[in-house]
Amino acid sequence: MRAVLSIIWKEFVQLRRDPRLFPVIFISPVLQLLLLGYAANLDVRDIPSVVCDMDRSQASRGFVDGFANSGYFSIRARVERMEDIDRYLDNGKAAMAFVVPRGFGDKLAGGKQASVMIIADGAESQSATIGVNYATMIAGRYTQRVILDKFERIKASGVRPVLVDSEVRVWYNPELRSRNFMIPGVLGLILMIMTLSLASMGIVREKENGTMEQLIVTPIRPHQLIVGKLLPFVLIGLVEAAFVVAVAKWWFLIPVRGSVPLLFALSLAFMLNTLGIGLFISTISRTQQQAMFTTIFFIMPMILLGGFVFPIENMPRFFQLVSHAIPTRYFFVIIRGILLRGAGWPELWDQAAALLVLGAVLFFLSVLRFHKKLE
Amino acid sequence: MKPLSLRCLRPVIKKEFRQIRRDARSLMFMIFLPAFMLLMFGYALNFDVKHIPLAVVDEDSSRTSRDLVDKFRTTEYFDLKAVLGKTREIDPLMGREAIRAALVIPPQFSEDLLAGRSPSVQVIVDGSNAMSGTTAAGYVGAILQSYSQRITLEALERRGLAGFAVPLSQEVRIWYNPELRSARFLVPGLMAFILMVIVTVSTAFSVVREKERGTMDQIRLSSISPLELILGKVIPYVVISLASAHLVLLLGEILFGVGIRGSYPLLLLAMALFLTGALGQGILISAVTRTQQVAFLIAVLTTLLPTFILSGFVFPIRNMPAAVQAITYLVPGRYFLAALRGIILKGVGFGAVWPQFLLLVGFAALSLGASAARLRLGDEERPRRRRRVR
Repeated sequence: MRAVLSIIWKEFVQLRRDPRLFPVIFISPVLQLLLLGYAANLDVRDIPSVVCDMDRSQASRGFVDGFANSGYFSIRARVERMEDIDRYLDNGKAAMAFVVPRGFGDKLAGGKQASVMIIADGAESQSATIGVNYATMIAGRYTQRVILDKFERIKASGVRPVLVDSEVRVWYNPELRSRNFMIPGVLGLILMIMTLSLASMGIVREKENGTMEQLIVTPIRPHQLIVGKLLPFVLIGLVEAAFVVAVAKWWFLIPVRGSVPLLFALSLAFMLNTLGIGLFISTISRTQQQAMFTTIFFIMPMILLGGFVFPIENMPRFFQLVSHAIPTRYFFVIIRGILLRGAGWPELWDQAAALLVLGAVLFFLSVLRFHKKLE
Repeated sequence: MKPLSLRCLRPVIKKEFRQIRRDARSLMFMIFLPAFMLLMFGYALNFDVKHIPLAVVDEDSSRTSRDLVDKFRTTEYFDLKAVLGKTREIDPLMGREAIRAALVIPPQFSEDLLAGRSPSVQVIVDGSNAMSGTTAAGYVGAILQSYSQRITLEALERRGLAGFAVPLSQEVRIWYNPELRSARFLVPGLMAFILMVIVTVSTAFSVVREKERGTMDQIRLSSISPLELILGKVIPYVVISLASAHLVLLLGEILFGVGIRGSYPLLLLAMALFLTGALGQGILISAVTRTQQVAFLIAVLTTLLPTFILSGFVFPIRNMPAAVQAITYLVPGRYFLAALRGIILKGVGFGAVWPQFLLLVGFAALSLGASAARLRLGDEERPRRRRRVR
C-alpha cells in the first residue's frame, strides 16, 4: 500500500510540474460543455425557405400561409419562376422551397386533384428529413381541411368522415428539447476523452524518457505500479464528472431524476474501460506520438458508433454487433437513463453488467500485456 | 527579420521528412487512418429514423384494431417489438429503452369506428431523444391519417359515391441528394472531421517534442528564422495529408458513389488551404506548450468535439444561439465543410464559395503567423524561464 501511495504522490508531483495541465484538465471540460451544450441542438425551427406561388389565388395563399405560420419555416423570399429557386439553394441562403403551380385554386374548387411541390436541400440530409416531415404534415393537415369542407357540403349522403385521432404523450422530455438528450452524451464523451488520453500517455512517457527502467529496478511490483499510475486519473475523472454534472444540472437545467451515487458508481465502471484501453495503448506504443494516433483511433468509434447522435438500431447488422464492444454504448444508455428517465438498478442492471464485464476484460488484457512487456 | 530563403528551408524539410519516416507507424496512421475511418463510418452511420422499436397495447383486440396494428407491422419506420395487454407494462420497457414508442388502442375502438364516431388512440413517445421522438410522433400521425382516409373512402364507396379523389397530391424533391442518402451527406462531413483531427494532431508534437528532448536549442542556435522553421515543418505534412485526403476522396467515389460535381482544381485549392491552416493550428499548439502530454490534450480538446459539433457536420449552425454561432467562425472545419458540400455535392463554382476560401486563407495565415510570432517571443523569454525552474 505504501508503494502504491508513493507512486500516486509521484504522479501528482509530475502532473503539477506542467503549470498548463491542471487548467486544461479542469477548466476546459466545463468550457466545452457550456459551448457544446448550446450548440448540440437538433431542434429544427425557422428553416429558411423560398416560396414560388405561380397561382396567386386565395387558395394558394392559404396553403402557403400554413407553412409560414407553423414556426418551422421562415419565408426568406418569394420568387416568380422555378428557375429562381436554384440561386437560393445553391449558395445556401435557403434550405427548402415550396412550389404551387398555376391552376391550384381552380382544381381544388373543381374537385380535381391539385398538386404542389416541396423541394429540400439534401446536402444537409439531417435537417432535410425533418423539414420534409414537417412540410408533409402541414400539407396533410391542409388536405384534411379540404376533405372536411367537402363533407360539409355533401352532408345529405349521410356518411360522416372518420378521423382516427391520436393523442400524443411525450414521456421524460415533454418539451422535446434535444439539449436534454445531447448534454448527457457530451458529458460521457468529455469523461471518456480526458481519462483515455491521460492514461494512454502515462506509461509511454516513462518509456520515452527512459525513466521506466528506474521504476522497474525499484521493489515496486507491476500491479502496484499500474494501480498507482491509474488511480490519480480515476480521481481526476470523478472530480471532472462532478463539475460537469453540476453544470448540466444548474446551468442547463437538465433534470437529474435518478440517483447520483449510482451515476458515480457506474462512472467508475466506465472509467475501468477507458483506463483499460488507455493502458493498452500505452503498452503497445513506443513514442508518445504513436500513442496519440492510436488514442484517436480508439476515440473515434466511441464517439460515432456508441449512439451519441447516430442511432445504433439504424446501423447495418455488422456494426450493431461491433457496437457491443464499445463501452460508450452502455454508458450513454446509463447516463441518459439515470438523468432523464430516473432509471435505477432494475432497469439498468444489464447495461451495468455489460460495462463491468467489458471493462474487466479490457483491463485484464492490458495488464497481461503490460506484464509481458516488463519481462 | 531576414527574408525567407530556400537554402534554409530545404534542410529543415529534409530533416522533417527523415524524422517522419523513422516512425513508420505514425506515418501509416497519417496516411491511412482517415481513409480507414471513412470506410468504417461511411457504412455504419446514417441519420434515417427508421425501425423505431414500438409496443402496442391492444385493449380492443377486434379485427379492426388488428388491422390497424398490421399497418404498423408492415412499415419500415417501426419495428413491432411487443403486443401488450395492459398499459402499465409500457413503463419498464421504455425505462430500459427496449421500446421508444407505444400505441394504445382503447376498448371501444372498433365500435366507435363502425358507428362513425371518431375514436382516439393514444401514442406514447420517448422524448429523451427529441429528434427521433418528434419523427416517431410524425410517422404515427401520418399512418393514422392514411388509415382514416381509407376507411372514409370505403364507407363512401359502399354508398355508391365512388370516385372521390384525395384533393391534394404532394411531390417531394430532394436536390443534390435525391435519395437522401446519408453517404452523400456524410462523406464531406467525415472528411472535414477526420482530417481536422488527424492533421492537427500530427503537427501538435512537432515543436514541443524538440523542446522536450532539448533539440530545440540546437535549432535556435542555427541561422534558421522561426517562419522558415515553421514552413519547413509544415510543408512535409501538407504533402502527406494531401495524399491522405485524396485517398479519402477516392474511397468516397468508389465505395459510396460520391463523385465530385464541381471543379477539381478548386477542390484541391480548398483542401490545400484547409490542411495548411489545420497544420498551422497544430504548430501553434506545439509552440505554446511545454510537454507532449499537454500538447496532445489541447489538440484533442480543440479539434475533436468542436469540429464534430460546431462545424455544421451534424448540428445545423443556424439553430445555435447567436453567441455560439459567432464562435463557430473560429472552427476552420466550418468553412471547409461548406466549401466541400458546395463543390462536391452541389457543383457550384468559385462565385458561390469565395467567402469560404477567403476565411480559409485568413485562418492559415493567422495560425502560421501566430506560431512564428510565438516562437520568436519564446526565444527572448527563454533565459527568464530557466531561472524560474531552478
